[in-house]
Amino acid sequence: MRKLLMSAAAAAVMLGAAAATAGAATKACWVYVGPIEDFGWTYQHHQGLEAVKAAYGDKVETAYVASVPEADSERVIERLARDGCNIIFTTSFGFMEPTLKVAKKFPDVKFEHATGYKTADNVTTYNAKFHEGRYVIGQIAAKMSKTGTAGYIASFPIPEVIAGINAFMLGAQSVNPDFKVKIVWANTWFDPGKEADAAKVLLSQGADMMVQHTDSAAPLQEAEKAGAAGFGQASDMIKFAPKAQLTAIVDNWAPYYVRRVGDVINGTWKSQSSWDGMAEGTVGLAAFTNMPDDVAKAAADTADAIKTGKFHPFTGPITKQDGSVAGEAGKPLPDGDILGMNWYVKGIDDKLPQ
Amino acid sequence: MDPAVIFIILTAATPLLFAALGELVVERSGVLNLGVEGMMVMGAVCGFGAALWTGSPWLGLAAAIAAGMAMSLLFAILTLTLVSNQVASGLALTLLGLGLSGQIGEAFVGQPGVKLPSIGGIDPLIPLAVVLTAAVSYVLFRTKAGLVIRAVGDSHASAHALGYNVIAVRYLCVLFGGACAGLAGGYLSLVYTPQWIENMTSGRGWIALALVVFASWLPWRTLLGAYLFGTISILSFVVQTKAWGIPSQFLSSLPYIVTIVVLVIISGNRMMMRKNTPASLGQPFVPDR
Repeated sequence: MRKLLMSAAAAAVMLGAAAATAGAATKACWVYVGPIEDFGWTYQHHQGLEAVKAAYGDKVETAYVASVPEADSERVIERLARDGCNIIFTTSFGFMEPTLKVAKKFPDVKFEHATGYKTADNVTTYNAKFHEGRYVIGQIAAKMSKTGTAGYIASFPIPEVIAGINAFMLGAQSVNPDFKVKIVWANTWFDPGKEADAAKVLLSQGADMMVQHTDSAAPLQEAEKAGAAGFGQASDMIKFAPKAQLTAIVDNWAPYYVRRVGDVINGTWKSQSSWDGMAEGTVGLAAFTNMPDDVAKAAADTADAIKTGKFHPFTGPITKQDGSVAGEAGKPLPDGDILGMNWYVKGIDDKLPQ
Repeated sequence: MDPAVIFIILTAATPLLFAALGELVVERSGVLNLGVEGMMVMGAVCGFGAALWTGSPWLGLAAAIAAGMAMSLLFAILTLTLVSNQVASGLALTLLGLGLSGQIGEAFVGQPGVKLPSIGGIDPLIPLAVVLTAAVSYVLFRTKAGLVIRAVGDSHASAHALGYNVIAVRYLCVLFGGACAGLAGGYLSLVYTPQWIENMTSGRGWIALALVVFASWLPWRTLLGAYLFGTISILSFVVQTKAWGIPSQFLSSLPYIVTIVVLVIISGNRMMMRKNTPASLGQPFVPDR
């Protein structure tokens, strides 16, 4: 009996954290907030890990721990540091403080924290300009919507998500100044049932464009069922909603991971803040589907303008919700203002959770 | 209230109700199975896979039930035959289920699922959950079988002395609980959100466990609890779309706050708690002792 129980526990542990084989290679490790099979955020980071493996073969050893609760992440990060990881990528905003804490204890280990804003000598931050993609989908939504209202499922009120909502709204307003957005904060990154519930509620309240900043395909499925339309998140989700997906914001971390792990192997790693976007290919858009050619053409044009740097989604002056103005006329907002964004643009009815 | 919203509430509450009803019967027989989450998630992955392979969501549902039962059988062997600790085994069952389902489900990621057809615009499992509540209530309190289950749960030694096979009764109850949890999981991956994603139960098994205590081991009260929990969860979204400025963090925690408040109120009534709590809950039984 005890044997059975032990093997059951051992199986659970092994499945939870895949351990890598031993060797003298550079060890690159990842801490994920969700399961690698979420087909969203974490899935794309894991694709990056696979790309690192493919790029360096025997020279690199990889490990990851998935589904790490943000509140419990310090223990996991510390264990990886102790286990000989040379570089550790922590891939959720909530891992920021734990990453910094552990980094202090392990000065020789390199840490890379995704979507945060605090760096140290051995802590780099890296992020992607998802708001660039969100501006484009805002334009599409405003052109495609019949009710003039989008439903937006947001996760947590952090700058990245708020900037996403604002960029979406600015894109929509560039087409229809009276465009409305109904926002629901799910207070989770990943809970398919809850995301579906939120989507159903939004669709029942008159929204016909489904936008999400949570990780599963459930909201898109609800849009498909209701005959509405929506946008995929992190991965191309067209299979889940062949009639509803207009496009998807696709994350591609592989080039960044390959570059940074290479820096560690070559001894050229330096602490920095990296923020790539559509130009570098970190943020991509899935094929424009289920829309007339002219809408697709306009969307492609906007995407190209952003890619080539001709257009910036946050170009001043931008009127905030409270009526004050941000940015200088004709100039993009400074990066710091976007990375720390804690205000809504004018035209959003929701009150920002504090 | 908007009928569409009521429908959303019923959809959200039904998986909780299935899992909670199963666990209620298990606990009424004196066994505490904390592995609901693990059985549920296995039901979800096996139901999804079977529906995908056969193309039939009904076979998927059957596979979900079978998977839940297989998991509960493992638990029954560990705790009833080998008399290991129920709490530890239940927790291990949850860990095993979450890990194993992730492994099994690797091939299903990114694949749209097969949805169970709705009959007359209603998912057939929603009324079935109400029927099951009535059936559980009837069997537990109006039949001899129910009397035996409750006797085994309240005093296994007495039931044994009267000649009832305590272990066999508990095996059947645990299997029933597994079937219900598997069905709840199948509901998630075939009706609620027809897709497979690792860990897609997201703690619903634990909520089901809490609902059983919330309902003080009474079936109709379990239904009430599940619907109340669903109502508050969904209304918190509806309120958000109205942009009244109520903090969303507060709204998100509201279902849990209400659960705790009701639990406190119920536990305040000692007579009622004593009347309904299975007295042998969680205690192992060895027949020849």
